[in-house]
Formats: sequence, C-alpha cells, structure tokens
Amino acid sequence: MWGYVLRRVSYMLLTIWALSFVVFVIIQLPPGDYLSTYISSQQAQGNTFDDAAIAALRRQYGLDGTFFDQYWKWITNFLQGDMGRSFEWNQPVTVLLAERLPLTMILSISTLIFVYIVAIPIGIYSALNQYSLGDYVFSTIGFIGLAIPNFMLALILMYVLFKYFGLSAGGLFSDQYATAPWSLGKVLDLFQHLWVPVIVIGMAGTAGLIRVMRGSLLDELGKQYVVTARAKGVRERRLIFKYPVRIAINPIVSTIGWQLPRIVSGETIVAIVLSLPTTGPLLYRALLSQDMYLAGSIVLTLGVLTLVGTFISDILLVMVDPRISFEKKA
Amino acid sequence: MNSDAVLLEIKDLRTYFHLDEGVLKAVDGVSFNIYPNRVLGIVGESGCGKSITARSILRIVPAPGKVNGEILFHQNGSTVDLVTLSPHGPQIRGIRGREIAMIFQEPMSAFSPVHTIGNQIMEAVLVHERVDKAEARRRAIELLTHVGIPMPERRVDAYPHEMSGGMLQRAMIAMALALRPQVLIADEPTTALDVTIQAQILRLMKKLKSEIGMSIIFITHDLGVIANMADDVAVMYLGRVVEFGSVRQIFRNPQHPYTRALMKSIPKIGEERGAKLASIQGTVPVPLDPPRRCGFADRCPEFIAGRCDVDVPPLIETEPGHQVRCVLYEN
Repeated sequence: MWGYVLRRVSYMLLTIWALSFVVFVIIQLPPGDYLSTYISSQQAQGNTFDDAAIAALRRQYGLDGTFFDQYWKWITNFLQGDMGRSFEWNQPVTVLLAERLPLTMILSISTLIFVYIVAIPIGIYSALNQYSLGDYVFSTIGFIGLAIPNFMLALILMYVLFKYFGLSAGGLFSDQYATAPWSLGKVLDLFQHLWVPVIVIGMAGTAGLIRVMRGSLLDELGKQYVVTARAKGVRERRLIFKYPVRIAINPIVSTIGWQLPRIVSGETIVAIVLSLPTTGPLLYRALLSQDMYLAGSIVLTLGVLTLVGTFISDILLVMVDPRISFEKKA
Repeated sequence: MNSDAVLLEIKDLRTYFHLDEGVLKAVDGVSFNIYPNRVLGIVGESGCGKSITARSILRIVPAPGKVNGEILFHQNGSTVDLVTLSPHGPQIRGIRGREIAMIFQEPMSAFSPVHTIGNQIMEAVLVHERVDKAEARRRAIELLTHVGIPMPERRVDAYPHEMSGGMLQRAMIAMALALRPQVLIADEPTTALDVTIQAQILRLMKKLKSEIGMSIIFITHDLGVIANMADDVAVMYLGRVVEFGSVRQIFRNPQHPYTRALMKSIPKIGEERGAKLASIQGTVPVPLDPPRRCGFADRCPEFIAGRCDVDVPPLIETEPGHQVRCVLYEN
C-alpha cells in the first residue's frame, strides 16, 4: 500500500509539472497579451504610447522575456506561494482568491451535502419500491431535473421569487452585508441566500445521483448474498442496509474525490446569472481579458485538485471494497 | 418411520407467480413429509420447481411469488403453518437459520463480497442468540474448525474472494449449522464445485448430519449425488412431484416414464463404448398458465392420447411408500 502511494505521488508530481506547462501554453495561445488589449483600449480613448513607454510597461508587467523566461518566473514563484499579480484587478492573485474561495467552498460543499442527503435516500426508496407511485414521481422529477439546464432553472427561480414573493434571489448577501465584516447577522444572511444556488446547482446532480443509486441498488437487490442473509433470519431492513445498500453505495463513496475540483471552481454560468461572488466568474473574466497570471493560477489549481481528487478516490476505493487491491499480483 | 415423528409436512404446496404474461405455476401441488434424521432428495431438471419449493418453505420466494397450501412445522408438541406467517414477520425469521437453515448453489456469490466470512457467520449467531461479539466470533472459529477449514483463526477474517469455492461452501455449511437447525435445505450445494471437492463436501454433510441429527432436503439434478445422499427421493417435473419413493425403489424400480428416462441418461460402467447416451426429447416447457394435463405428456414415449392430456394424473401408490403420478398405473 505505501509503495503504491509513493509511486502514485511521484507520478502525480510529474503530471502536475506537465500540466503547468500545458496551462501556460494555453493561456498564451490567444494572439496578443494583456498589454496589447490594454493599449488598444487606451488608444481607442485617444491616448497614444511611444515605443519606449510600451517597452517600459512590458518590462513592468514582466511580459518582455521569452516564453520560457515567463514560464520559469511564473512557476518558481508559484511554488513559493506567489501566484503573481492580476493585471486587471491590480492585486496579487492570492488576495483575489482568498476573497472568493471561502464563499465558493461554502456554496459547493453545501451543494454537495444537499445532493447526497437528498439523492441517496430517494434512490434507495425508489429501488426498494420499484414501479410504485413514489418511484414514478421521483423518476419524473429526476428526468425534469436532468433535462433543465441549470442557468434556466436559475432564471425561472429568480423570476418566480421576485414576481410572487418579492424576493431578490441573486447574490449570496443582502446589500447591507455585502461589504460588511463577518458577523452573526452576516452568517445568517448568507444561509438565507444560499438555498437558491444550492438547489439550482444541485438539481442536475441530485437527479443523476438518484438514477445511479436506484440502478445500482436494483442490481444488488436480486443478488444471492441478499437471499442468504434473508435465509439466516436477518431483519429485512437491516439486511438491506448492511448488504446491498453498502455495496451499491461503493462507487458513490469512492468517487467523492472527483468533486474536489468542483468544490473550488464552482458553477460558472449559474454564478454569473445569480451574480454570486465565487471563483467561476473570476476565471471567466480573467480568460476574457487575458489576465494570464490570474487565469493560469486558477486553472493550474483546479488541475492539481483534479489529480489529488482522483488519488483520494483511488485510496477510498480500496478502503470501501476489499476486493480491490493495489498490490501487483504475482 | 412413524408418522407422529414427522417434522415438516408439506401439503399441496402451490407457489404461483402472477405475471403480466399469465400465471406461472412454478410449484403446483407438491406434498411430502420430512422426518427427523432423514435425507429427502428432490431431483429434477432446471426449471422443474425444486428450488422454488425449497424457498417456499423458508418463505423467501422472490416477488411476485405467492405461496399457498400448507407447510406444517412440528416442534416441541406445537405446530405452525409457515404459509400463514408474514414473510417479513418475526415468527418466520425466528425459524429461518435457527430451525430450518439453507445452503446455496454458488458459494462465490452467496456471501457478501465486502464483509468477512467471520462477520457473516457471526451474524447467523447474533441474529438469534443474545451473545456478545467475542462469543459469536469464538463460535464462528469453532464452526470453521468443525467443517475442516485450515487456520480458522485467520480465515475468520478472510473475505470471500480470498477463498476457494470448496472452502466457501464449507464456510456456508458452517454458517447454516451455526445454530444446529433441525432441517437443512441444501439447494444444489455441490453443483458449482469440482468433482473431488464435491465428494469432500458430501462426506462432510453426511458426517455433520449424523452428529447434529438433523434432516436434510437435498436438491440436485445429479442422480449420482442423490444415490449417495438420499433416503427418500421425490422426482419433480414441471412443478409437480411425479414419483416418490425410497432411494432403492426409485433406482431399482423407476416407474414414471420421466424417471425411467432420467435413469437411462446416466452413463453406466460396462456399457458399449461409443454408444449414444439416451436423452429426453424436447425441453421442459414453461409452466405459464399450464393446461390441466400431465406435464410430461409432450415428451413422453408412452403418451396415450385422450388419457394423458385430459387431466392431471393422480398420485398412485404402486407399492408401500412408492407413489407415481402416471395413468399407466391406474387400474
């Protein structure tokens, strides 16, 4: 096991290095850079720059070196915890992320918990009562939930809440708390706003997970080991949860690590529609304005988290399923 | 064999599945008695209803199966009709595993793959007896020792995939015998195993039977195993018992055309080499809304039009203890 972990970690480091390079290439790929965008917008306003001024700006932003110089500078600073400066915000990337990450994570983790708490019991219920009225009702809601794009759901919810309840569903805070320091009132205010994005973002995931849970539990319910337990005189409810549910839930538990990058990135489109102060819209704007250090840092962080998440999932898989072993068979 | 001592009386057992396509009569009027310390062999092709008969006794028939008739279980002077019990109720659960235990065909799939063997054997004890886990574990190790599993202290923590089929079948027998049941239902316990392992398992079952003094209902399609294990034999075809008798009667004097055909399909030592083994024409029909007639009529070499296809033949006693469901024996 430890040998496996060590091997996996070393592969991961190699992958992260390759990933950082690819990220940097992609971010540099669009023609021009932040400075050329900036200069053309200034020129549009009638400001002119001579070559010396442009060169000075270029040096100031660190855009004067070769591609490899720029990459080297970025990656060495990154390793020391300095993610560079955002051109557009004129602030260190770390400061920008520190503002948005906690809220993004609160939102994502709440959504994740919502999805699991709602979907797993419903999936179990639907499998145990296959083709019952309840099963049909949940299946129908599930298909609708899967079919509606979540930005659409966000718009509908906002409209309904505003029109019939006079509530504004956007943002995570009321106006008076938006820029206020943290306080109990602000926390309560956050929770009052949180449920709309949680439902909107969680809808499709919930519907999907209900299908997964229902399907895999139905597969397990007819297995011989269930009959064996029944023949021993184990109570029905107890044996259902001890055996088939336990096995059907394995893939769900072991893929929890894959949610890690999502927890950090948040939903971009829904966040824009509901004007949520999360990292999704930040990355979107950074990409549009070629704010390369900001965009690069976010993308690289997400990539690293994807790798870490996959790694966690693999380890979890061994822990929940004794049939899986990482030791090489002789 | 005195009839007062009968342990389990199955009378006119009918297990039907009401499907969209019609009524599937998996078991259609089966009767037999189980006596203490005797082995009843139930033999028949796949789909003849022998497994559903066994599951009906424990009331673990898969949905939407409905059990009718009577299953009278006599113990300590009182009698319960298992058919009247709720299949999820405490009464039948108290009988499952404790009084009537069951072992299954595929030992590999009969254990949960994510729980240890020990955990699953301990469960059999813990469900029925108020003992702590340490005691249950001690019992599990003792049981594993008893069924001849080497290094039981280590195997108790093994997962099913870490053990061979033969070892798992031993473990399953250990689990079934944990509470010394009065009846053991063995549903094709050796079918999935190699021949050498089969012989070991059969020997083990015989040994444990005489130690515990229990009855066995042994379900198989293998006549060799029946000859080896059973005291009495019920031959099933299409949800009905077509012939019943002692193992000697069935093998020396098979009477039903189906039983006779089965006997002919066994290869015998001393027969001409290269000779073709007899086989039964056709396949077992599906008992979906079966007409009232002899189920074997379509495949029977001695079919009599106007007699075999007008009603279900009655069970006729041809000699003491030997019954056959065939019009050929009607006087």
